[in-house]
Parts: sequence; C-alpha cells; structure tokens
Amino acid sequence: MKGQLKHYWWKIFAVVLLFYAIIGGFFIDVNFTGMEVAAESMRNIFFHVGMWFGMFTMLILGFIYSLRYLRNFDEQEDIKAVEAVNVGLMFGVLGIITGMIWANFTWGTPWVMDPKLNGAAVGLLIYLAYAILRGSIDDTQKRAKVAAIYNIFAFFLWIVLVIILPRLAGESIHPAGGGNTNTIFPMHLAPSMRLIFYPAMVGWVLLGLWIYQIRVRIRKIKLIIDNK
Amino acid sequence: MLGTEIKHLIGKEIRLELKQKYVLNGILLYLISTIFVTYLAFERIIDSDTWNSLFWIILLFVAINGISKSFIQESPARHLYYYTIASPQAVLLSKIIYNLLLMTILSVLSFVFFLLLMGNMVVNISLFLICLILGSMGLASILTMVAAIASRASNNFSLMAILSFPIVLPLLGTLMKVSKSALSFSQWSGNYGFIIILITINVAVIILAYLLFPYLWRD
Repeated sequence: MKGQLKHYWWKIFAVVLLFYAIIGGFFIDVNFTGMEVAAESMRNIFFHVGMWFGMFTMLILGFIYSLRYLRNFDEQEDIKAVEAVNVGLMFGVLGIITGMIWANFTWGTPWVMDPKLNGAAVGLLIYLAYAILRGSIDDTQKRAKVAAIYNIFAFFLWIVLVIILPRLAGESIHPAGGGNTNTIFPMHLAPSMRLIFYPAMVGWVLLGLWIYQIRVRIRKIKLIIDNK
Repeated sequence: MLGTEIKHLIGKEIRLELKQKYVLNGILLYLISTIFVTYLAFERIIDSDTWNSLFWIILLFVAINGISKSFIQESPARHLYYYTIASPQAVLLSKIIYNLLLMTILSVLSFVFFLLLMGNMVVNISLFLICLILGSMGLASILTMVAAIASRASNNFSLMAILSFPIVLPLLGTLMKVSKSALSFSQWSGNYGFIIILITINVAVIILAYLLFPYLWRD
C-alpha cells in the first residue's frame, strides 16, 4: 500500500486541486473594477480555460505517440495516440460548451463570428475526421499507420489554425493571446484569482491524464481479450 | 537521381492525363458549369465579400475534384510497380508538382471565367495573382497528401471531403483574407504577415508530406 502511493499520488493531488478550484472558484470575490462586463461569469475562467489546457496537453500527447508509432510500429503507441486524441476531443467539446455558456452571459449570444471561436470549432472537426478515418480502415496495422500519419499532418495545421491565425487576424473579441486583449478584462488576473487559476489548470490537466490512463488500460485489456 | 525520377514521373502523369482526356475535360466542365450555375443563381454580385467567398469555395471544390483521383486512378498493381522502380519521395513530389501545374491552370481558368460572368471586382491584381499562385500551391500540396491518406481507406471519395475541408481551412481562411484585401484596397500594407503565413504553410506541408509519405507508400 505504501509502495503504491508513489504511483497514484498525482491522482490524489488532482482531486485536491480540483476541489480547491471548484470551491475557491465559486466563493472568491471576482468583481473588480474594469471587469464589469464579465462580472460574476468571470468564475468560468477556472473551468473554460482548464478545458483548453486539457485539450492542448492531450493533443500534444497524441501527436508524440503518433510520432513514436511511426518509429517502432508498436500497437501500444497507437492505442495511446488514439486515446489521447479521444480525451483531447472530450476536453475540446467541453471547452466549447463552457465557452458558449460564458459567451451567452458576456456577449449576449452563444456564438460570435470570431477567428478564435471558429478556429476551435474547425480544430474539433479536424480531429473528428481522425475518428472517421480510423473507422473506415479495417486492417489494424494499416489503420494505425494511416491514422498516425494523418494525426501528425493534422496537428501541424491545427496549430496554425488555433494559435497562429487568431493572433494574426487581430480582430478578436475573445481575450488572451493577441487581438484586443484588454477590452473585456485584463489577462493579468488579480492575485487572488491567480491563486486559484494556476492550481485549477494543473488539476484539469492531471484529470485529463487520469482519464487517458484509464481509457488506455481498458483498450489494452480489450486487445488482450480479442487476441485470445 | 531524384530529379530524373521526378521528371519521368511527371511526364508519365501528363501522358496519362492526355490519354484519358475525359478526366481533365470532366474537371473543366465541372468548373464551367459550377461558375455558370452560381452566375444564374446570383444574377449579379454586388458586394466583394460574396464574390470573394464564392470564388474560393468554387476553387476548393474544383481542387478536390481534380486532385482526389491522384492515387486511385491507377491500379494497386501499377503502384507496386512504381514502388519498385522509384523512391517514394519522387512519387510524392511528382504528384505534387503535377497537381500544382493542374491547379494553376484550373485556378487561372476559374478566375478568367469568373471575371467574364461575375464582373471584375479585383482592385489589386498583382496581390490577387500572388494569392492565386500560393493558393494553388497550398491546395495542391495539402490535397495531394490527403488524397494519399484517403486512398488507403475504403469509401475514399467522401472521406476525401471529410478530411480535406477542415484541414484546408487554415490555408483557405488566410487566402480569403488576403484576397479580400486585394478586392477592396490597392495598397499592400497589412498583407505581408498573411503572405508569410501562406508561404510557411506551403513549405511546411511539403516538408511534412515529404517525411510522412514513405510510410504511407510502403503498404
């Protein structure tokens, strides 16, 4: 029992951080001058941004495992890549939903024509296409190889779509990273909020890794059962 | 070595295209009838935004139709033959260069036909032409790679559309932005960043395809 703790301490850590973030996030005072537009809905920053961080981590992980698959053609790497993308997609969908709720409160409408929002949505389409592509190939090895190639190719264009283009477009209503950052609220969060924000981000990423680990294990067991 | 292989393979592509003229004629007819249908549907386009988006959407569809055949037109047996005599890089680069030639011709034709029917709205012609060339290049390289990926799966025509629409969007969005500016302003300022992005996408896609294609080719 004592020896096992070093394997799952980070899961306990994730739970503690997320409880801290949820409780703290709903109780601290978020009303600062200059942020009246966001007012109470500002609390969403601990959740919406966390989804974004989670998605990023998982998709980068998927990219790395796809690269590794092409190096050694090990089926385990393919399982890791596909599950990382699946969890990344889950975070992406949740990020868009939390974002829409937030947008409904601050901008008065769930969706606005904006390079960042559209980039996120098209980014999801790129990865949904990954799932379709996998589904349309029956042979396991061929599927793994083609999917890895697509994933590496798509990852690059996804980066252009969600990071480079919105910064270049300049005319974004969505805060953070280029554009008119300061129109809604300063990205420099108040110290009291930062105290919750950073732990929350770490917590969401760890939660993502946890879900990913479980899903990979399920798939590996399925693989063993199928091969029997 | 690579150079001569590419040269011969491109020669093969061109001969193949000229031998099966109906494929090329089919794409040309597709292009003309699509533009004609939009002309009939819209009668006259007044604002440049509609002109711009219609033009690029039509070009995207023409490109997908033109390029999706790249890897399915020939039999797997013949691919095996190419596999034994040429390097995968040569096969890929020859396809990309051939598709680039095809796309340049198709995009210039679309532009001319569009001008004829819809009227000219381009203010900054040279910027628009740069956009057209970079666009043809980007569409050719991205769609060639997607066609190669889709050819490995069953049901590959619909897969081609599903895979290529979202993946081509970073390129298409940038193109539309630059050409929108070419439609409304005569000055160049403010577009350099986008042109650099277009060039970066082109170069990076070709490098990525060059590195990844050998894995795809060896079945």
